[in-house]
Amino acid sequence: MSDTQQIVISVRDLTKRFGEFTAVDRISFDVARGEIFGFLGANGAGKTTAMRMLCGLSYPTDGSGTVAGFDVRREGEKIKRHIGYMSQRFSLYNDLTVWENMRLFGGIYRLTDSQIKSRSEELLSRLNFLDERNTLVGALPLGWKQKLAFAIATIHRPEVVFLDEPTGGVDPVTRRQFWELIYEAAEAGTTIFVTTHYMDEAEYCSRVSIMVDGEIRALDTPARLKEQFHAESMDEVFRTLARGAQRAE
Amino acid sequence: MRHNFISFVKKESLHILRDKRTMLIVMLIPVVLMILFGFAISTEVNNVNVAVVAPNRTDSVSDAVDRLAHNDYFTFKGYIAADDIDTLLRRGDVGAVVLFDSDYDRLAADLAAGIESRPAIQLIVDASNVNTASSATAYLQSILLGTATAQSMFETRMLFNPQMKSAYNFVPGIMGLIFILVCAMMTSVSIVREKEMGSMEVLLVSPVRPVKIILAKMIPYFAISCIVLIMILLLARYLLDVPMSGGVWGIFSLSLLYLLLSLSLGLLVSTIARTQMAALLVSAMVMMMPILMLSGMLFPIENLPKFFQVVSNIVPARWYIDAVRKMMIQGMPIVAVWKNCVILLSMTVVLLGVSLKKFNDKLE
Repeated sequence: MSDTQQIVISVRDLTKRFGEFTAVDRISFDVARGEIFGFLGANGAGKTTAMRMLCGLSYPTDGSGTVAGFDVRREGEKIKRHIGYMSQRFSLYNDLTVWENMRLFGGIYRLTDSQIKSRSEELLSRLNFLDERNTLVGALPLGWKQKLAFAIATIHRPEVVFLDEPTGGVDPVTRRQFWELIYEAAEAGTTIFVTTHYMDEAEYCSRVSIMVDGEIRALDTPARLKEQFHAESMDEVFRTLARGAQRAE
Repeated sequence: MRHNFISFVKKESLHILRDKRTMLIVMLIPVVLMILFGFAISTEVNNVNVAVVAPNRTDSVSDAVDRLAHNDYFTFKGYIAADDIDTLLRRGDVGAVVLFDSDYDRLAADLAAGIESRPAIQLIVDASNVNTASSATAYLQSILLGTATAQSMFETRMLFNPQMKSAYNFVPGIMGLIFILVCAMMTSVSIVREKEMGSMEVLLVSPVRPVKIILAKMIPYFAISCIVLIMILLLARYLLDVPMSGGVWGIFSLSLLYLLLSLSLGLLVSTIARTQMAALLVSAMVMMMPILMLSGMLFPIENLPKFFQVVSNIVPARWYIDAVRKMMIQGMPIVAVWKNCVILLSMTVVLLGVSLKKFNDKLE
């Protein structure tokens, strides 16, 4: 990462303790604008807690960090306005139409009516979904839903998009298409912060961090990580690191 | 600021409108309950078949029987022989039999003169339905007493509900029940649904304040409840002829307060329950049972064991139903039930405070 690049997420010694238990143990990293940052770790490694702190949902016990230029301790509400979020668990409201979902999330992020209109037209035409604007989301195939959810998560043009296992349960072809959307967004200057369980997806990331027992044990480009661990694939890298984990799920 | 709140209210309303089945149930239940309790289920005496045994049909006996036959609540089945009493009652052909003593005229005169003698009339009543039997007995006695010239020690007058119509009693009860059902149950389920689906997380990451999410959820349910309230009041007034002499506005404003209370209860349930099923069960068991049993809706509170009488004090529906009854049937103005208003208001404030605090604590 060169110095000319703008840092969008910067974290120093970020820690979260619940009583005796240290969920996130002094993690530090920087993410530059337009980067696709893979945030890996087994279940229970502390990924979700770390992500919640970055999203302004959880207050750090120790350490500091900024997201989109706002302090994670003091400016949680401002952070929320400048990030997008999408999780695999829930993408969109099934009983609302495509357009109603767009209007809702546009409204939540305080876009004006005309902004919502023009941006949703633009998103729909880019996805070739124009005919589906009045379809109930529940009637769409899962893969379409995920793509649409990603589009809607970026409807307010956030600086950073947090994707929490966005492609869970989706077939490989759709996953591929989904990643094309991610690339497009990253090229347009949106920073992507993504957690995933699929190691082939880790290969698509610009840089990858691997969390074990609340700490970041490795952080580099996929190519250099493979070199460092003398591994053929990211899967091997991950398994080498995860083998030493103390915490069960 | 205004914009994202309105998009939220729109979204909640759409959720409700799209769920046609639930919508239908919410709108139908009050109507069905009103009609059911108003007409079908009644503890009043209606069309009890009465037969008469009168060995001596003197003028005074015929007078008494005439009055019986002309009464709306009894159907006179004719004179029968004493031997048939048992068969007729057993077959259910008659619900009550009136036996005049063969010496009726003399016995009645003795009674009037204060001379002790044996009873002049015997009533034999089918008591397989205790409620009907006891009201029928009481009513028969009051009709026949006029004939036995004996002066009663008591003069009884039924105020406010002289015909003892049970619908009068049930309407406030139904209101107490239905609003908890619509507000508390549906709000809690809809909040918990968002938690279960994971959408709550997406909303929390957005710049919408949690309090706004909750308020936006409450508004559509509040609106539905208002419609239901108006429906119930109209049905009560024009279908069941409930007097509402205490003023409709008093009843209406008190009900609005009760709606707020129910919404706060729903919010509280939603902070406790993790799944929609749990929310449903908590609302049904923890809220419906006390309302049915401890609110005075079905059983008078004075008839409960002492322990439950004390417990009933914390059941909001008890205070609401009591106040509505007073306003609807006794015709008291809202000022007269100020105590109930104050209690309900304080309950609302406490519940809303606790549940909002719990909701916020949960977020961390």
